[in-house]
Amino acid sequence: MTTATKASMPARVREREALADPGVFSATGAAPPPGLRTVPDPPFEVRKIRDDFPILQQRVHDKPLVYFDNAATTQKPQVVIDTLWRYYTADNANIHRGVHLLSQRATQDYEDSRVKVQRFINAALAREVIFVRGATEGINLVAQTYGRKHVQAGDEIILSAMEHHSNIVPWQMLCEEKGARLRVVPINDDGDILLEEYEKLLGPRTKLVSVVHVSNALGTVNPIRQIIEMAHRQNVPVLVDGAQAVPHFRVDVRDLDCDFYVFSGHKVYGPTGIGIVYGKADLLEAMPPYQGGGDMISSVTFEKTTYNTLPYKFEAGTPHIAGAIGLGAAIDYLNGVGLDRIGAHERELLTYATNAISGIPGLRIIGTAKEKAGVLSFVLDDIHPHDIGQVLDDQGIAIRAGHHCAMPVMKRLGVPATARVSLALYNTKQEIDALVGAIQKIREVFQ
Amino acid sequence: MPDLRELYQEVILDHNKRPRNFRKLEGANRMAEGYNPLCGDHVTVYLHLEGDVIKDISFQGSGCAIAKASASIMTSHLKGMSKGTALLFFEKFHQMVTGNCHTDPDPLEMEDLDVFSGVSKYPVRVKCASLAWHALRAALVEGEKTVSTE
Repeated sequence: MTTATKASMPARVREREALADPGVFSATGAAPPPGLRTVPDPPFEVRKIRDDFPILQQRVHDKPLVYFDNAATTQKPQVVIDTLWRYYTADNANIHRGVHLLSQRATQDYEDSRVKVQRFINAALAREVIFVRGATEGINLVAQTYGRKHVQAGDEIILSAMEHHSNIVPWQMLCEEKGARLRVVPINDDGDILLEEYEKLLGPRTKLVSVVHVSNALGTVNPIRQIIEMAHRQNVPVLVDGAQAVPHFRVDVRDLDCDFYVFSGHKVYGPTGIGIVYGKADLLEAMPPYQGGGDMISSVTFEKTTYNTLPYKFEAGTPHIAGAIGLGAAIDYLNGVGLDRIGAHERELLTYATNAISGIPGLRIIGTAKEKAGVLSFVLDDIHPHDIGQVLDDQGIAIRAGHHCAMPVMKRLGVPATARVSLALYNTKQEIDALVGAIQKIREVFQ
Repeated sequence: MPDLRELYQEVILDHNKRPRNFRKLEGANRMAEGYNPLCGDHVTVYLHLEGDVIKDISFQGSGCAIAKASASIMTSHLKGMSKGTALLFFEKFHQMVTGNCHTDPDPLEMEDLDVFSGVSKYPVRVKCASLAWHALRAALVEGEKTVSTE
């Protein structure tokens, strides 16, 4: 809640404070602005962080839960859960249309969240931030609007070999419709993108580059600024899939100069069903709408509809209001802890984990790029990752096993599947130690 | 709390390590593929049907221990059986791994197939255990793909 809102709505503050559990840490209400909050003093106190996540306090299969499936979805801090609860308990109303108080409050919080996202990614304008269901819908939005308008027969769209299916299929569908084609930038065996090959693919037929910032399967951090620069030299816009990037380090869309950036709320400690498309205002302005419906119009007659301005042009129908507000709370939480500190903690963990599991006989790490974030994929002897995941689950350790919705990159690296450990701010070295012990157990079971 | 040893029984681990009938079947006149898009497991089941009898059966593919052992044990179990009996076993196996066993006395003895009874406590693994069986059923009933004998 902003200071302005608090000043203008004292009754509401009282209402909300009465509703909130006084024992629960909260980033809304009386919390100071991001950056000024009382945060755990250095060094990063992961134990305190863990206290913010109620789900981590449980045992599974009679063992303490070790949650290493953060690239699939992250757990939610209490403050996000409280925000959702409070929204539905005190403020639930439809937005942008009500004269009544609840609608004003819901609208205010929804739009406040947009501003939080804008600052989070350092967009120039709040209207460059469009709420969607997630990164997948974000990519589909750009494919169906910008893509359908600008891509014609014979044109080319460039992707990388390490894309998630969500950054392959929408472009394939577009190419099929338009008679365009996909070009794929190859990677080396470590999982690093081959920029010299990328350079060769860029040409007069290239209409768009769409590339992942951090690979969900390998953890590779792509040299995204360079990728964008190279495309821009040929006047080609770039979409960046940032789903696996925003939880791990600060993303500055203006510094990157990307044209579009998408991410999902639930991978950054927010609710599921909410995500973001950032687009440069001039591009968004020139794009046709995505879906038709309420809220995206200025006026409608049976003869003609005038579309609303940004960002509403792309937000047809009642959006996921609670989700957007919950995402705002997650961003407040991240700012409170400090993304730089989170990044440092996770880098230390990744190095620790990489060293720890590298020594296990028969274990091979898949994805050894120069720069990585958050993800450690591996195979173990000829034990299938599904079996690895099953035995780890029995030890209370949640990982992902499979192709990680990135079948082409699995094929490229010659493995049908991997076991993937993905890290978050609440993971600890003790958890890595537990993993190493459990992997030894797997070898015993399947020896 | 299910015990992991109920899932990964010794027999299963053994078949995973040394799968039986793990080859392409020369002279097969039926085959079908099974594919699990969730985990990427795939299996091809080859049949040599003579009239109504499974004269020979084999499989190839890649998958987890449960999928591989299930295919291995299935092929060992069904060799020499009639198509009708094999389909009855398909039904019975499916009921067992999904935990929907009928209490009625049943003439079919599950014997070695019984090692998969622990799967019913792991719903996610039902697809692994039944992958080869679905391919078998497709090969027997739908004749999805008929292999050229040339």
